[in-house]
Amino acid sequence: MSDEAVSDDVDENKRNFLTKTAGVVGAIGAAYVAVPFIASMEPSEKAQALGAPVEVDISTIQPGELLRVMWRGKPVWILKRTPEVLSALPSLDDQLRDPLSKESDQPASIQNELRAIRPDVFVAIGICTHLGCSPLYRPEVAPPDLGKNWPGGFFCPCHGSRFDLAGRVFKGVPAPKNLEIPPHRYISDARIVIGESEGAKA
Amino acid sequence: MKTIFGVLLLVFQTSASIAADVVLEDVDIDIFDRDSLRRGAGYFVDYCQGCHAIKQIRYSRIAKDLRMTEEAVRQELMFAGAKIHDSLTTAMNPIDGEKWFGVAPPDLSLAARANGADWLYTYLKSFYSDPARPLGVNNAVYDKVAMPHVLWELQGIQKPVMGKQDDVPVIERLKLAKPGTMTPEEFDRMLTDLVNFLSYVAEPSQLERLPLGKYVIAFLLVFWVVMYKLKKQYWKGVR
Amino acid sequence: MDNKIDNKARSLLRWIDDRFPLTKVWNEHLAKYYAPKNFNFLYYFGSLALLVLINQIVTGIFLAMHYKPNADLAFDSIEYIMRDVNWGWLLRYMHSTGSSAFFIVIYMHMFRGLFYGSFKKPRELVWLFGMTIFLLLMAEAFMGYLLPWGQMSFWGAQVIISLFGAIPYFGEDLALWIRGDYVVADATLNRFYALHVSAIPLAMLGLVFLHLVALHQVGSNNPDGIDIKQTKDEGGVPVDGVPFHPYFTVKDTVGVVAALIVFSLIVFYAPELGGLFLEHANFEPANPMKTPEHIAPVWYFTPFYSILRAIPDKLGGVIAMGMGILVLFFMPWLDRCEVRSIRYRGNVYKVALLLFVLSFLALGYLGTQPVTPVTTIFARLFTAIYFAFFLSLPFYSRFEKTKPLPARLTEEIIPLHKREGVHWEWIRKSLAAIAASRPYQRATEYAKAVLDRFKKIDVKS
Repeated sequence: MSDEAVSDDVDENKRNFLTKTAGVVGAIGAAYVAVPFIASMEPSEKAQALGAPVEVDISTIQPGELLRVMWRGKPVWILKRTPEVLSALPSLDDQLRDPLSKESDQPASIQNELRAIRPDVFVAIGICTHLGCSPLYRPEVAPPDLGKNWPGGFFCPCHGSRFDLAGRVFKGVPAPKNLEIPPHRYISDARIVIGESEGAKA
Repeated sequence: MKTIFGVLLLVFQTSASIAADVVLEDVDIDIFDRDSLRRGAGYFVDYCQGCHAIKQIRYSRIAKDLRMTEEAVRQELMFAGAKIHDSLTTAMNPIDGEKWFGVAPPDLSLAARANGADWLYTYLKSFYSDPARPLGVNNAVYDKVAMPHVLWELQGIQKPVMGKQDDVPVIERLKLAKPGTMTPEEFDRMLTDLVNFLSYVAEPSQLERLPLGKYVIAFLLVFWVVMYKLKKQYWKGVR
Repeated sequence: MDNKIDNKARSLLRWIDDRFPLTKVWNEHLAKYYAPKNFNFLYYFGSLALLVLINQIVTGIFLAMHYKPNADLAFDSIEYIMRDVNWGWLLRYMHSTGSSAFFIVIYMHMFRGLFYGSFKKPRELVWLFGMTIFLLLMAEAFMGYLLPWGQMSFWGAQVIISLFGAIPYFGEDLALWIRGDYVVADATLNRFYALHVSAIPLAMLGLVFLHLVALHQVGSNNPDGIDIKQTKDEGGVPVDGVPFHPYFTVKDTVGVVAALIVFSLIVFYAPELGGLFLEHANFEPANPMKTPEHIAPVWYFTPFYSILRAIPDKLGGVIAMGMGILVLFFMPWLDRCEVRSIRYRGNVYKVALLLFVLSFLALGYLGTQPVTPVTTIFARLFTAIYFAFFLSLPFYSRFEKTKPLPARLTEEIIPLHKREGVHWEWIRKSLAAIAASRPYQRATEYAKAVLDRFKKIDVKS
């Protein structure tokens, strides 16, 4: 220090120690202060309430019919599959990217070919795993616009991704994974709850 | 604009006289007494919710804060068809309310913050029989009140004892003319629980806010001591 | 290893300095900005104002993520923040307590200016920028208070906007234009929100920048009101100055943490502060059909509100209130005394300033109370004193009998034994009497015993 008001008889060690202590305590404080600000951007109680499990009556769905319900603001599909569809599904395996859903998202208990608890009832989140569009339900076989190889499935109009009727993605399309299956369980034969996995309490 | 001003000045002058007359009783509430809050919630559902909503709070929040299971909340507090994340609404439609009472019964979510717990407590105790009123009751704290005396079966019926102040007749106190199913002590305890619950409902975050304060302040005190020592260290050389 | 990192850091700094004056700015405004070494308690409020400003901006941004500026949704969205948003209650209380804290800090900061003559030549622009910030702060607080859309929000805005209606010829049209409706309504709420969250904060930040640039151009004043640049050492550094960093960054942090302790006490234990910081009536949603029984602005506006109410004429009241604020702008030219600090000024200014502060506090108290004939008389008396302070200043300040200024800085706070005047004599005598009294001696003996015991514990461990 060149100025007169400040002299040099200062304990450098003690000063360094105190500076570091103050820095550490200040940093801890700053970290704690940051928590409420960051946490305030998480889903609020209201969003969580709206994201609560939904109960759906599935008894009125006809075979081949697709019911759309909203869960956490997302479209959830409930499809009654016909026996013909079910028997055709395994034959598609070699055209699919991940036929056994090993790299896809679903509750562990239904990581099988049909991707369902009950084979005839297929439940999936209707959002393309590519960039979040909602694919179209195209059950008809070989329509003119989708080509003669189309076995019936879901087609995403945004970037052309294709999925079969178990939500499994075909090879050679942009979507990387099969459609996501939400946790769901059966209360009775006629009613399911979306958003709660099997074994969860009422 | 002149009229607004006139109204305001008038309000200033009258409000002083109204406020001065009312002596509020002290209600001894404890927001951390969960048993009292649970009892209060029950009383609210039984006696108030028929007309009043507390729409700013959800059943799920009450379950969490009052340490009740979802099942208990469902059985004791929720009416049929309500969902756990719903807020506490009332079955009464506001248009009916206005038709029956002249004003729609207000939402009580913030009643305890707007009026104060003491006011609520005193108000609920101060209904008295007054045949001149359409519903047969008036209130010593809230003259010409539109609300019926919902708790009369419990409290009984009170009659005013009149006195004189500057030659104007005023109510000196209320005396119990016909006892209710509760003794006055039981009734006071019930109101305390109810007001306690409404105070909680007005600001549920109290349960987080109050316990957290001491840690924040303890941390800041430690930080202050460190900074003070550091400052001393730096300023030692300054003449 | 350390050397390598050091070299890397140095070359990065050089890279930046070639493109941006980082080191230059750091030195000019912190490491080589020499501030007077005898700053006392009153000098904390400058940095505290900056702290509160940052608090308001940060909490405000996060609140704006959840708030809805719509007359149908606003009130409920505040309760949504208080209940459903994670930590929303903390953000909201930090913001609401922060607004009151802002005014406490700014009033203290302004008082410091009047006390030590910080507004005088060459710091007139510092004062003018500061006063403009104060004006913006009042507008910011007023508009922010509408947002919760409670009864006080609504009726307070109704009254204050109506003030513009007092202006002759175009007043009513102006009030209508400000509201954007015939009463305070959704349109008003929406525009106040826009101004509260963007226009005014931006203007305030710009002015804070100008305030600091102007201050650093002329240097900080001090409790002695003398220029520290008069006495420099051979290196050209003021001998009574210390570098702002680290000396005042460290010292101001001590003040900041102390202020945070007080702030936390209010946020966690008394966010309403008995209806002073958050008014009870504002927990009722705005109702255009019913005025609350007792309406009063938040405490920080009450001194000016009292002036408004003291004048028995609508236009007169509005002018008086406006002048009560505007007259402060003219302080650098109203005060014609050459001496800055109150330490070396004559008794007239000391008494005048004391009366001014007392009348300001009294007006503030009266503004929170309902009007009665008695309070009106007092409000008029204190309004008269308030204005008398400014109006008499140009006349006596030229002829004030001042004391000789020291060449160098003196103490931060003048010790009691050096203070002159009959009243200090009394205080010294009464303090001596207390010190000699039996209970005081017993208490000090006890305190000493306790302290000794603590010291022993320390040694053992």
